[in-house]
Amino acid sequence: MEKYAVYVPRLVQKKEKFAPGHRACIGCGEALAIRLAFKALDNNVVVANATGCMEIVASQLPYTTWHLPWIHTLFENTAAVASGIEAAYKVMRRKGMPVPTDTKVVAIAGDGGTSDIGLQALSGAMERGHDFVYICFDNEAYMNTGIQRSSATPFGAATTTSPAGKKSIGQFSWKKNMPEIAVAHNIPYVATACHSYPFDLMEKVRKAAAIKGPAYVHVLSVCPTGWRSATDTVIRLGRLAVETGMFPLYEVENGKYKMSLNIPKLRPVKDYLKQQGRFRHLSDDIIQKIQDRVEIEYQKLLEKAKYGSKTTKRKSRAGAGKVPA
Amino acid sequence: MTTRVGIEVSIAVADAVRLTNTDVIAAYPITPQTHIVEHLAELVANGELDAEYIPVESEHSAMSACLGSAAAGARTFTATSSQGLALMNEVLYVASGMRLPIVMAVANRALSAPLSIWCDHSDMMSVRDTGWIQIIVENGQQAVDNVICAFRIGEDRRVLLPVMVHLDGFNLTHVIEPIVLPEQREVDKFLPTNKYPLPLNPDKPVAMGDFAPPVIFTEAKWAQEMNLRDSKKVVLECWDEFYKAFGRMYKPVEKYHSDGAGIILLTIGSVGETASVAIDELRADDENIGQVRLRLWRPFPFEELRQAVKDAEVLIILDRAISFGGPGGPVASEVKAALYNQVGRPKIVSFVGALGGRDITVAGFKNMIKKGIEIARTGSKNEYEIYGVRE
Amino acid sequence: MAKSESELTWRDMEIGCIVTEPGGARQYESGTWRSQRPTYDFKKCIKCGICQLFCPEGCIEPNQDGYFEANLFYCKGCGICARECWPRVIKMIEEEEK
Repeated sequence: MEKYAVYVPRLVQKKEKFAPGHRACIGCGEALAIRLAFKALDNNVVVANATGCMEIVASQLPYTTWHLPWIHTLFENTAAVASGIEAAYKVMRRKGMPVPTDTKVVAIAGDGGTSDIGLQALSGAMERGHDFVYICFDNEAYMNTGIQRSSATPFGAATTTSPAGKKSIGQFSWKKNMPEIAVAHNIPYVATACHSYPFDLMEKVRKAAAIKGPAYVHVLSVCPTGWRSATDTVIRLGRLAVETGMFPLYEVENGKYKMSLNIPKLRPVKDYLKQQGRFRHLSDDIIQKIQDRVEIEYQKLLEKAKYGSKTTKRKSRAGAGKVPA
Repeated sequence: MTTRVGIEVSIAVADAVRLTNTDVIAAYPITPQTHIVEHLAELVANGELDAEYIPVESEHSAMSACLGSAAAGARTFTATSSQGLALMNEVLYVASGMRLPIVMAVANRALSAPLSIWCDHSDMMSVRDTGWIQIIVENGQQAVDNVICAFRIGEDRRVLLPVMVHLDGFNLTHVIEPIVLPEQREVDKFLPTNKYPLPLNPDKPVAMGDFAPPVIFTEAKWAQEMNLRDSKKVVLECWDEFYKAFGRMYKPVEKYHSDGAGIILLTIGSVGETASVAIDELRADDENIGQVRLRLWRPFPFEELRQAVKDAEVLIILDRAISFGGPGGPVASEVKAALYNQVGRPKIVSFVGALGGRDITVAGFKNMIKKGIEIARTGSKNEYEIYGVRE
Repeated sequence: MAKSESELTWRDMEIGCIVTEPGGARQYESGTWRSQRPTYDFKKCIKCGICQLFCPEGCIEPNQDGYFEANLFYCKGCGICARECWPRVIKMIEEEEK
């Protein structure tokens, strides 16, 4: 994150491209995240939106919240639609047809529309190398349909389709690591972000839009309705998610990992979990399990970041027959 | 006017797309459409067609990419068959609901299960309600001509709808037929450039795909229906202009010795040409029989059909698809519905046959017609007859 | 003047239900949702704009004195601005019945 003076929002675009008057819940973190993300971009974008919270709250006929060209078709095909728009602009430009130059295609979807039903289309679009930005706004469940679990729901979270009960601790699987899946496609830029770090989020979206080729940004979006937390704790919960290591902020540029924040010691996950109703039922040993897992995954990430920065050094040692650390 | 050459129909269809200067092609392979998308890939790779070729990862994504491309204002094409058509089913409704002009060639193939790569019309019948304009062709020349017309029809400002051109898988796609490929300058004259009125463009932002609450949904759907119905006159106009430019005439219902015939056989697809030979042979034996074939499937040509069969006493319909547990032959059930209120309507005998690639020969058709006449006379306890099953 | 939803006929529908007016949703008064409302002690306000940055509605604007204030037409009363305002200018109070 650049060293901006954080208290100078005059650096931020005034224009609201995602206008007030939308029907998101009171205190919606995702609406905030979208607002911020699009302040990082100019007007020369086309938005392809998946079905989900942000699509529904913004698009009740005959009105729209958006001040940008926007298309919504279905739930799982955002990346495919974005591919079609990108290809069309490319060929139309080549044939001298009247299309604006340098228009960026931005595909936005929720966690369900990205890591579950939308995974195939995203994988295909990334593999084909289309020049577009894909932003996943992750509120960790299918919120729009009523808080059902998705593969992005964290372990132990209670949702309506993974409720806590006598025979269940809530979500039974670990959160699917979408940024890693994106990295595995060898795309030029992958980043994680959160609305609680607004300048970091905006810088990452700006970077993603500036590169040529597919870019993936995964934005944690706190949902007070679905996470059962107070509406005013949205920013705070985002910070806790990052500070406990449950949602680390990092970038991967051409395979090279870079942590966005230096956190010398992670806060205990309990600080984050206890503020949310969806984790209220967790016993101490489940919390410990989550703690252990978070520490392992965070360590793995730190290793990757370290490895990346040591590449040139390693090259000179390779001849000496040393084994990499 | 160019010469007739022997050319595989799939290759000819791909060449027709090249002639239209299509901008974006989204392609996912499925037998028996593969030769179409393969040849298109070659044309693009060799620079003979300046287009973006998107090798998508599924048919659902193929049609979705077409949505994006058409919304941006590009001329868009794709092709598929049976399973692919079924997989992209939800996207088809979106394409017509959002009024995005896309042209798709469907190589008709049976739907699983059991898996069959061979020709029947179950895939075509599964997309009747999707709101697309649908044209059925019977030979290679018709395929080429109607792919070109499809772009003109779909992109017309009064229409703005996606168009399907149905051609039989294998029976057409993989056969070599004598075809006249129009010249580039003739097609350029016939086909105007695509000017989608409200494309995605930052200079003039629009929002496509809003959701409709109950208070507005019916109006949205009725607007779509009225538009599809009104597009029929654009189809007829296009075929008229095509005739003037290229000398080949197409009509929504094509008649073969059916005027004044007491018995009429109704077919769709390439079987129609085999059936015509049977009709000729029967007529040589003084049988008062004719044939009618549907060229325009959607919007359904009610007036033309009613006019074509008004003097017949018996109408025998061959379907190459079954509506399980229901009225059996889908074409027959639609024709029955169209004729229900007509005074003096013919007796209708519905046959389902030639499923999953099984051929009906000329002799087979004569046999079927004979059976049909008999059933019309005596009546039957069956809703429809299955032709050619080994019992 | 634009018709309301319940007055639109099928002929009024744009092609494919495309919406051609950007930001038309601004006419929706989301402020009717709130059960609490921000109040301000502007003496403490340092005009940092953090509240504007963090508002999910994007309805906080500088008023004529330059102090950032929520537009009550849209404000849903989430309280994020009050929580994040570190000089403690903003306090949320119960919204009264009109």
